[in-house]
Amino acid sequence: MEVKINNIRKEFDRFAALNDVSLNIASGELIALLGPSGSGKTTLLRLIAGLDFPTAGQIFFGEEDASRHSVQERNVGFVFQHYALFRHMTVAQNIGFGLKVRPSASRPPKSEIKKRVSDLLDMVQLSGLENRYPNQLSGGQRQRVALARAMAIEPRILLLDEPFGALDAKVRKELRRWLREFHDRTGHTTVFVTHDQEEALELADRVVVMSQGKIEQVGSADDVYDRPQSPFVFSFIGESSHLPVEVKNGTVLFQGEPIGISEKTDAAGDLFFRPEDVVLTDEKDALFGKVTACRRLAGTRIAEIDIANNGHDPFHVEVEVPLHAPVELGSEARFRPTRWKIFNK
Amino acid sequence: MSDNRRISFRNPADESFSTKLILVALTLVFLAFFLFLPLVSVFYEAFREGWVTYEEALLEPDAWAAIQLTLTVAAIAVPLNLVFGLAASWAIAKFEFKGKAFLITLIDLPFSISPVISGLVYVLLFGSGSLLGPFLKSYGIEILFAVPGIVLATVFVTFPFVARELIPLMQEQGTGDEEAALSLGASGWQTFWYVTLPNIKWGLLYGVLLCNARAMGEFGAVSVVSGRIRGLTNTMPLHVEILYNEYNMVAAFAVASLLALLALVTLALKTFLELRFGAGAAGGRH
Repeated sequence: MEVKINNIRKEFDRFAALNDVSLNIASGELIALLGPSGSGKTTLLRLIAGLDFPTAGQIFFGEEDASRHSVQERNVGFVFQHYALFRHMTVAQNIGFGLKVRPSASRPPKSEIKKRVSDLLDMVQLSGLENRYPNQLSGGQRQRVALARAMAIEPRILLLDEPFGALDAKVRKELRRWLREFHDRTGHTTVFVTHDQEEALELADRVVVMSQGKIEQVGSADDVYDRPQSPFVFSFIGESSHLPVEVKNGTVLFQGEPIGISEKTDAAGDLFFRPEDVVLTDEKDALFGKVTACRRLAGTRIAEIDIANNGHDPFHVEVEVPLHAPVELGSEARFRPTRWKIFNK
Repeated sequence: MSDNRRISFRNPADESFSTKLILVALTLVFLAFFLFLPLVSVFYEAFREGWVTYEEALLEPDAWAAIQLTLTVAAIAVPLNLVFGLAASWAIAKFEFKGKAFLITLIDLPFSISPVISGLVYVLLFGSGSLLGPFLKSYGIEILFAVPGIVLATVFVTFPFVARELIPLMQEQGTGDEEAALSLGASGWQTFWYVTLPNIKWGLLYGVLLCNARAMGEFGAVSVVSGRIRGLTNTMPLHVEILYNEYNMVAAFAVASLLALLALVTLALKTFLELRFGAGAAGGRH
């Protein structure tokens, strides 16, 4: 099911949690809404589900204006952050709930419900746990029961709110891979919310980066990591440093001095670069500063460098250096960015 | 290198044996004196002249009428407060609206007002000098000194019990389960019936028990509005007082023993619920 979100605005007591958000989701896509807390990602998910209603704007499921329909009518599968399993029902009763509450005309017979429940349990690899209660399950098992329960109603889209938020690191990684396979097998249009960029980049077809109620960028993992379109995305995804620069006659100047890189158009703004996109150099035209800390990171080292700022607080940048490079604590390091982006002020 | 001296480490919060003994003894003496002794004496007095006299005292028409009236009043007041308590706590726990704190204060009002005042309010509202009283009387509706007045006063005095029990429980549970049910296609009623109600059933039952105990035992408010017409508007607590004032000790204590029995049953049920339900949920504030 294709989902179109048109100019959605959502206010809570005059505070705009979402401001003019538009997004198209293709059928069968796996989309991550990624952002820090308060960015509006969960609000957007709840609006798609119909658990909240927009102040302005529309949401289309295919050709149908879903924003006119209640949550019951939308037929979406929603997996809650803390699962919200019904504690007084067994696993089987939880999964069968959505079928049991259907109006009698469309309710499958009991035997059919039983079969569907057992198929779903198979699918989430929990066969044999039918008669357990939620408090007798581990976190990862509860998560999968919640997913099976949401899938039981044959939803048009699947929405997951921080699906791995409450799990420990190892189970998280397993379930992440498992969810990807599950998605590829069932082909449901799926939207999940996360604040964990690793999760978003690894799992999703496209990542929607959000900040302060707005969409900053939509794109594949490569897009948002290699071609960030805003200072927020550049600093939120991955590691990065930034310095105020000017571009004059095609030369990039930092504190009025050339640093050995060039740009096509003249501008004044912030130069962003990633720690790994840096090369050490002996040339005169370069950035330089004092190494204040050095830490080992897997196969390389990260040097933290303070660049003097005319008596103000120094600029703090991080660069990746080869293990055997002559970079020592307290010494001066000279470097140039090899890949960068300047965002105009 | 063996050191056979026994070193006993004491829990820092622990007390010495004598302190414990004194504390336990004090509590027991206090309980025996103020709780157990009166309770025993109620049953002792009631059965002093034997089972036959006891039975006669209860089956005496006025006493029997009082028992029936008390049961009737409770049978009306408790379901009313069950519905009201559920509705109020649902509104307070699951929705945000202005004046919520004020509503909670209002629900607590009967706890802070003397029951006699609660009764007087209805006398002022429906008495012969009021606006409503004569108006209703012209249609043949008697409120004061009749069953409706007793029911009203009882409902007023007992309405916080269910709500007070449910509000903290429902607030703690939040709206996640309800949202899950709705997203799975359940209607509002189905959500209430299959999800909300099962989640609060023990707390609800507990609140109903307390409400019932108070409804049957209420004296002050009912005493003001009832008019104490024997055989007509006398509830059990009122009847006990009348018999006592007439020096009819055996009958007074016989009726009192029934009320006490009710209290004991409530206590037993409460304990059972707490065991069944875990310490948290049944432990309300009142």
